[in-house]
Amino acid sequence: MRRALHAEWTKLRTTPGTVLLLLSVVVATVGISILAAAATDCPGGICAVDITKVSLTGVQLGQAVVAVLAVQLIGAEYGTGMIHVSLAAVPRRLTVLAAKALMLTAVVTAAATAGVAGSLVAGRSLLPLTVTDTTVLRAAFGSVLYLILVGLLALGVTTAVRTPATAAGLVLGLLYVFPIVGLAATDPDFRRHLDQIAPMTAGLAIQRTTGLDDLAISPWRGLAVLGAWAAAALLAGGLLIRLRDA
Amino acid sequence: MRAVLHAEWTKLRTVRGWVVALAVAAAAVVGLGLLTGGQGSCGRNGPRSECVLPVGPDGQEVTDHFTFVHRSLTGDGSITVRLNGLTGVLPRKPGLGGPPDSTGPQATEGGTGDGQPGLAPWAKGGLIIKDGTRPGSTYAAIMLTGAHGVRMQHDYVHDRAGPPAPATTPRWLRLTRAGQTITGEESPDGTAWTTVGTVRLPGLPATAQVGTFATSPQFTWILGGGRGVGGAMGGPSEVTATFDNLTGRDTGPDASWSRTEVGGDASPQPEQLGASWRVTGSGDIAPAVSGISGIGTTVSQTLAGTFAGLILVVVVATMTMTAEYRRGMIRTTVAAVPRRGRILLAKATIIGAVTFGLGVLAATVVVVVGGRVLRAHGVYLHPAAPGIEVRLVVGTGLLLAGAAVLALGLGALLRRGLTAVVAGIVVIVLPYLLAMTVLPPEPAKWLLRVTPAAAFAVQQSAVSYPQVDDFPIPVNGYFPLSPWAGLAVLAGWAALVLGLAGFSLRRRDV
Repeated sequence: MRRALHAEWTKLRTTPGTVLLLLSVVVATVGISILAAAATDCPGGICAVDITKVSLTGVQLGQAVVAVLAVQLIGAEYGTGMIHVSLAAVPRRLTVLAAKALMLTAVVTAAATAGVAGSLVAGRSLLPLTVTDTTVLRAAFGSVLYLILVGLLALGVTTAVRTPATAAGLVLGLLYVFPIVGLAATDPDFRRHLDQIAPMTAGLAIQRTTGLDDLAISPWRGLAVLGAWAAAALLAGGLLIRLRDA
Repeated sequence: MRAVLHAEWTKLRTVRGWVVALAVAAAAVVGLGLLTGGQGSCGRNGPRSECVLPVGPDGQEVTDHFTFVHRSLTGDGSITVRLNGLTGVLPRKPGLGGPPDSTGPQATEGGTGDGQPGLAPWAKGGLIIKDGTRPGSTYAAIMLTGAHGVRMQHDYVHDRAGPPAPATTPRWLRLTRAGQTITGEESPDGTAWTTVGTVRLPGLPATAQVGTFATSPQFTWILGGGRGVGGAMGGPSEVTATFDNLTGRDTGPDASWSRTEVGGDASPQPEQLGASWRVTGSGDIAPAVSGISGIGTTVSQTLAGTFAGLILVVVVATMTMTAEYRRGMIRTTVAAVPRRGRILLAKATIIGAVTFGLGVLAATVVVVVGGRVLRAHGVYLHPAAPGIEVRLVVGTGLLLAGAAVLALGLGALLRRGLTAVVAGIVVIVLPYLLAMTVLPPEPAKWLLRVTPAAAFAVQQSAVSYPQVDDFPIPVNGYFPLSPWAGLAVLAGWAALVLGLAGFSLRRRDV
């Protein structure tokens, strides 16, 4: 396992796009967060919106970049045929997948922490946001976990479908379509159920600090729903990579 | 060129995954469109529960609910009154973000009994002449409003501004009938009169009902940019108008007054007018809308599945270009057709035509069947003119085609399927999602003006009226651009990206 990890680290480190993508995670997250925070005004210090959530808006774009990173991590190997070499070197295929998942977790943690921290710093200077509140810390910590889980979800999906473009479409579809269908639904029960099972809506419940009562799902349970999606995707990817011919 | 088109068509047609994905895209538009309907109560609780809105003189559906103190006027005549200010009750503001002594969110559904003092901006009080007391009949009115000064309105959709005037100070109003012509005048003091408007009411019979009225529409507190923050909360509001100094010329022999709640259940009550009298009302005299201030929904709702289809279309359109790079097929293609601009044009034509066809097909099904499903489930559906339905259907096809061409251009420009797919989805879908969920109205409108997501305006069928506070913001289904202008924004982006792609394809070594 240690050697597999080292191999993955070398691959990741030496792929030209990695650093750029990790920087893009930070820039996208902080950039959109700053725009959203700057566009929100709180007359007289009273904000109509959940300013923590607004300060962390960039996560919704950052997750797309995280998905690209994760899809590329294994999808590029299928694209170039490198996967044959990887599997020849480490015949235990689940070890390869596990090493990739761990490596992904490590780099996304670093980038997501920087992005979320930057967003909160921007939020604090633009909005009356108290960063040390426990609810704000929960939202921040949860946003980092959210980005990691999105990465793992994308890794699992890509391992299963192998084509990077298809995988990216699937992952982003999974993330973005649910909330839009939920918006259009008039039936409140249907919408609530949709919000409870959708990876993005449920997962981002962790960013809420006010009005928790009318959330479809409580913050931590929402993040657990996303975790379940990621686990299912990794399971499917793991089964397929083990059972089929690479 | 024909040979190139034929070649590209063959390439698209023979990749099984793409054909399946495009079929699934159409199925997703149809499936989600029919699924998201939900349940309503119209017509579900016995024969008397149908939701029927009154129909106005121009054939459109209207809201017509107000308190009317009236008597008959036969032939020509005039009525003058002093409106001694408006007072009103609003639903209580929910506690979110309020002063610390508030006891948290209050129940806001229900009556105005637990409300707080205040006037809805379109609370109305004044003089009205109307064809009887049947809801939906022709009328003309001169009124003082909560925050929009003196207005002259007639037949629900027409609104003309008079001088701005505070709702709390006295204002003199006069309504004069001469044949089918109604003139509304106003004055701050009862001596210097200005004409606010002169309108023709062709359907007004010889004997009309004339008198004082008051009504106040649904009031909504907007708490945030989207529904994610509790969004909007509201309820009915109420207004009380105090009148005195009534003078009327030629109001006919039947000079007895009655008080009627037009659009309500109670029967008219005889009324003795003193020197001063009050009229309290709740409701509105306005076109019916579908948003948070109205009821029901529009047929645009059935097009919600477009997003799922759009993502699939973006993936397939990108791959028609990037798969060539992935497999090295591009060398064969370029060798066969050395004029590279033609390749791109042929690909754009084929994928654009195919996705347009699919979009039109799927949208036709959801608009026709989806509307019936919604009605069958008891959801009130505002009827859309055939022209609007055609625009929704054709627009959905053009929306998918434009997105496909944009994605194709991104694919040719970036050459890598992964980045191109993500870029395509992020520029089209994400702005819409952000505008609808987290952003406040102003930046949301800005996003839907400049990004390719502006094209979703083509799917709007709700009509916004300035005299109805329906909050014409994206989250309520109102787009900042007109349908075709929105589509033009997407077309502009697609043309720009395709042009850049053509340029770089010619310059670089495949």
